[in-house]
Amino acid sequence: MSAAAIEVRGLTVRYHDVVALDGADLTVLPGRLTGLLGMNGSGKSSLLKAIMGIVSPDAGDVRVLGRTSRDARREALLGYVPQSEDVDWSFPLTVRDVVSQGRYGRLGPLRGLRSADRQAVDSALERVGLTDLAGRQIGRLSGGQRKRAFIARCLAQEAQVLLLDEPFAGVDVSSQATLTALLRELVAEGVAALVSTHDLAALPALADDAVLLHRRVLAAGSPQEVLRPENLALAFGGDS
Amino acid sequence: MTVVAWLAEPWQYEFMQRALLVTVVAAVVCGLLSCWLVLIGWSLLGDAVAHAVLPGVVLAYLAGVPFAVGALVFGLGAVALIGMVRETTGLREDTAIGVVFTTLFALGIVLVSVTPSQIDLGHILFGNVLGVSDVDIAQVVVLGALAFTVLVLKRRDLTLYAFDRTHAHAVGISPRVLAALLLGVLALTVVVALQAIGVVLVVAMLITPGATAFLLTERMSRMLVIAPVLAGGCALAGLYASYYLDASSGGMVVLAQGLVFALVFLFAPRRGVLRRLRGRGAAAGGGLASDAAAPAQAATALGPRLGA
Repeated sequence: MSAAAIEVRGLTVRYHDVVALDGADLTVLPGRLTGLLGMNGSGKSSLLKAIMGIVSPDAGDVRVLGRTSRDARREALLGYVPQSEDVDWSFPLTVRDVVSQGRYGRLGPLRGLRSADRQAVDSALERVGLTDLAGRQIGRLSGGQRKRAFIARCLAQEAQVLLLDEPFAGVDVSSQATLTALLRELVAEGVAALVSTHDLAALPALADDAVLLHRRVLAAGSPQEVLRPENLALAFGGDS
Repeated sequence: MTVVAWLAEPWQYEFMQRALLVTVVAAVVCGLLSCWLVLIGWSLLGDAVAHAVLPGVVLAYLAGVPFAVGALVFGLGAVALIGMVRETTGLREDTAIGVVFTTLFALGIVLVSVTPSQIDLGHILFGNVLGVSDVDIAQVVVLGALAFTVLVLKRRDLTLYAFDRTHAHAVGISPRVLAALLLGVLALTVVVALQAIGVVLVVAMLITPGATAFLLTERMSRMLVIAPVLAGGCALAGLYASYYLDASSGGMVVLAQGLVFALVFLFAPRRGVLRRLRGRGAAAGGGLASDAAAPAQAATALGPRLGA
C-alpha cells in the first residue's frame, strides 16, 4: 500500500491510432497541490479521465489512495471539477442542487437527502462563501463563483482527492486569488489536489509540486524546477 | 347551451372517454420524459424510436401478440443499433440515428404493404385514439403508469445524468445504467403515445412540453411539474377542439402544445422574446437591469478584458 493520493505508472492511452499518453508516471501526495502543465493535446484531459476511470488505459496502472480507481469511486473519494466548457450553464439547477449532488454516492437509490446530508451541503456552501447565492441558478454566477460551487460539491462529497480541469480559465484575477486561497486551505487540511492549468506565471503561488506533460511526463518536481526554460522548451517548443 | 353542458357534452360518448384517458396518460408521461430529453439533447432519438417501432407493430399483429411487445422490442433494438453504429464507425450521432430509424421505418412500410391484413397505416402514423380497444387501454394505462413511476422515482439520478455524467461516474453511479434506463423508458413511452397520437407526432409530445417548461422556470423540480401538467392540459384542450371542430385529435393536441409554446416563447418572464427586447432597450438606454440579469452583464463586461 502506498501513501500516495494518486499513483500513476506507465500509463498509455490510445484513441484508435492517436497516442494520447505514452507511458506516463505521476505521483500526487496527500496534503499537496500538484499543478499539471502541458499544451493543448498534451494528454492532460486523458490523464484526468484515466484517473477517473472514464477511459480505460491500454497499458499501465492507476491507484487512488492505494485503491483501484473503481474502488475509489465506490467510496466517493475522487472529486472532479469540470472545465467550464463541459458544463451546461443554462441547466435548470440551483447552486444548492449542484452541491447536493456531491452526496448522491452516499444516498439510497432514490437519492433523498437526510438531515446530515443537508448539513454537509450547508457547511460546504458556507465554506466556499456561497450561502447567500445558494438559490441562484448556476449560470447566474460569475466565473469564480461557478468554480467555487463545484468545489463545494467536492466538499459535500467529502472527497479526499480533487481533480480540477483548468479551473482558472475564464476567471478574473481577483477571483483567481480567492480560488487559490480556498484550494490552499483544503490542501492544508490534508486533501490532495491535481490541477491542470496553462497559467505558468501563477504556478509557484498555487502549487507545491508540478508535472510537465507531453504525452509522457517530461519533468516533475517543485514548480521552480519544472518551469526551467529547457523543460518548457521541450513541452511548448513545438516539436509537432 | 350553457358552458357546463358544452364542457360535458363530449364525455357522454364512451369513445371520447377512452380517447381522453389514453391521450392524457400519453401526454403526461411524454411531458415528464420530455424534460430530460430536452436537457440531454435526445429529442431526435425520441423521433427515431417512434418511427423504428413500426415493423414491430406489424410483426406483433401478424404473430397475434399485443402490439406493445413488438413495439418495445424494435424500440429498444433501434436504440441499441444506433449506439452500435455510432461507436463502431465513429459517425456522428444524428447520422447514426438517421440511417437506423429511416431503414426500420421503411421496413415497417414495406411490411404493411405486403401484409394481407386490416392494418391501417393511417392509424399507426397518425394515431387512432377514437377507436381504441379495451386491450389497448389496458396496455396504455399499465405501461404509462410503469414509465411514470420509474421516472418519478429515479428523477434525481436522471437529472444528474443529464447535467454531469462525469460526476455520476465519480461517485459510483453508472452513467451507462442510467442511459439504459432512460432509453428503456423512452421506448415504453413511445409505445404508450403511439395509440394516442401516432408515429409522426409522438416526437412533438416528447419535446414541446419540456421545451416550454424550460422557458418558464430555472428549477428542475418545477420543470418536472410544469411539463406534464401543461401536456395534460393541452391534451384536454386538444380533444375539445377536435370534438367541436371535427378535426384530427392528435393534430389538435400537438397544435395546442405548440400554441402554448409560442405564447411562452413570446411572454416568458426570463427567457421570452419580449423580455429580451425590453432588456436590450433598457441596456441601450443606460437603464438598470434586474438583479437576475446582473451576473450575465458582468460576464459580458468581463469578456473584452479577458480577450485583451
